[in-house]
Amino acid sequence: MSTRSLIAALLLALPAAAAESPHLGEPITEADIASWNLDIAPDGAGLPAGRGAAAQGEAIYTEKCAVCHGFDGVGTPADALVGDQKLLATPKGVKTVGSYWPYATIIFDYTRRAMPLNNPQTLTNDEVYALTAYILKLNGIIGDKDVMNAKSLPRVKMPNRDGFTQIYPGNLK
Amino acid sequence: MANRKEPGTDLEPAAGNGLLHRRVFLGAGAMAGVLGAAGMAHAEPLTVPEWVTKPGKRPLPYTQPSPFEGKVQRTIPDQNPLYEPGSAAGRTPHQFLEGMVTPNGLHFEVTHNGVPDIDPDKHLLVIHGLVKRPLKFTVNSLLRYPLTSRFHFVECAGNSGALYGANPVKGTVQQLHGLLSGAEWTGVMLSTLLDEAGIDPKAQWLLAEGGDATGLTRSIPLAKAMDDVMIALYQNGERIRPNNGYPMRLLVPGFQGNMNIKWLRRIRLTEGPMQTRYETSRYSLLLADGKAAQYKLQLDAKSFITRPSPGYQMQGAGLYEISGLAWSGNGTVKQVEVSADGGKSWALAALSGPVLPKMLTRFRAPWKWDGGPAVLQSRVTDDTGYVQPTRDALLLARGAKAQYHFNGITTFQVAAGGEVSHVYA
Repeated sequence: MSTRSLIAALLLALPAAAAESPHLGEPITEADIASWNLDIAPDGAGLPAGRGAAAQGEAIYTEKCAVCHGFDGVGTPADALVGDQKLLATPKGVKTVGSYWPYATIIFDYTRRAMPLNNPQTLTNDEVYALTAYILKLNGIIGDKDVMNAKSLPRVKMPNRDGFTQIYPGNLK
Repeated sequence: MANRKEPGTDLEPAAGNGLLHRRVFLGAGAMAGVLGAAGMAHAEPLTVPEWVTKPGKRPLPYTQPSPFEGKVQRTIPDQNPLYEPGSAAGRTPHQFLEGMVTPNGLHFEVTHNGVPDIDPDKHLLVIHGLVKRPLKFTVNSLLRYPLTSRFHFVECAGNSGALYGANPVKGTVQQLHGLLSGAEWTGVMLSTLLDEAGIDPKAQWLLAEGGDATGLTRSIPLAKAMDDVMIALYQNGERIRPNNGYPMRLLVPGFQGNMNIKWLRRIRLTEGPMQTRYETSRYSLLLADGKAAQYKLQLDAKSFITRPSPGYQMQGAGLYEISGLAWSGNGTVKQVEVSADGGKSWALAALSGPVLPKMLTRFRAPWKWDGGPAVLQSRVTDDTGYVQPTRDALLLARGAKAQYHFNGITTFQVAAGGEVSHVYA
């Protein structure tokens, strides 16, 4: 932070800092927050117990996901899930789970909290692991029999893992 | 006042193709003289309208705009006509608006799985993670905190993204730039609540989560949170509406709109960013070399003309006011220039105050249209010295697949017949 923006920040913060806070927050424990806290970190922190492989995932996918994402993850009407990372630098490149997402843990996090859109947060942890395995298999990232669980999922290296550059706190040209 | 000459004779050119010195607005006589003369040419006996001869309607509990303003609507993309679950957007019709504040009913929105109907008595905000004391707050308790009011724009990072495309979209500014609005926000500074929870020195970022059926999560730098992030409860004086996050939303001034988490329910302090879906697969810029720029959070300075703009029909040669919006996520608008000859020459526009940091600024410039072809552009410079780039320069630096953060110069062509359309320079 430059000296100038630091001074600006201090000046802006002054009225709030000067005002008395009524301190109305009530204590809560992480255990009580657990039903809301569905966050999965890239290192796997937060992953629950459970397991699943592609074969089980395919059956769930066909029933609950294919209507939006297409059979085999080809997309339409919703995003394609399958794609080739090597094409990203070409006009043919498409941002998909397989071609673009940097961490396999994101698939678990997002699927568990938001999918399927007409019924979010209804999949069991085993089902989410199985779906994650199936999407990874469709992209050729893991094998048919590879079991995904809290240990194995964070170890999956996505093809575009090294494709991102963090800009903040700097800026893009 | 020095303006004692015949009306219209003292209009000083400021740039090519009819742009006049913004001083016209400072000496009100010149503009009023020209407009007044035009009005008198059509003088005829006045009729008595019916609304002066009978009582009007009774006042409503909550009013609506005049029925004659029915065209002033947010567009909802027709890609999802049955409103099936998924993303949807409403865009602000800037071609019909003036000033710097967007009316609440016309504020843009992007939702990812519908607008939840949240009962404020059942809503909680939780602060946890790397804090000394995890805390929960009711909506009512937050309303008792010291409140702060600030004017800020919110802009979707995908706003204007169509301008990365190979061909200019033949749309209005609503279609091109409508994922942008400005409002007065009132709420509790997040720093107040983080201080109450006690920040663990290891914390460098926080994760904010919305309480809708997407559970949208975004990582926000803690330094930003302590600087000017607000938990907003009111928008333009009334409680925030459901589509903008009722009962509370995060306001992250100048940063990607997607980070301004609506229906805010949870803040978790973390060591690093959490790499969520909305900060990896979305809102990262895929550059020409195939690498992605991630956590490019600040919205750089940008401007566009709202009038005349596509859909507007010029009404014959003469004096017009060019009006538009300029803003910067990095600070305050310092100056806006306008061009009527496609960027060959530029005239300074007048800024209609107050000019506030990370807020829309209305600019205006007098233009004497000669009835012939013209190419209109605006270009903003902010107080960091950053100058809004041309579209060509932006594409050269980023490639055409960046999708987000388009802030290049917008170009409108005025045809000899007075039709206005979006073109590339």
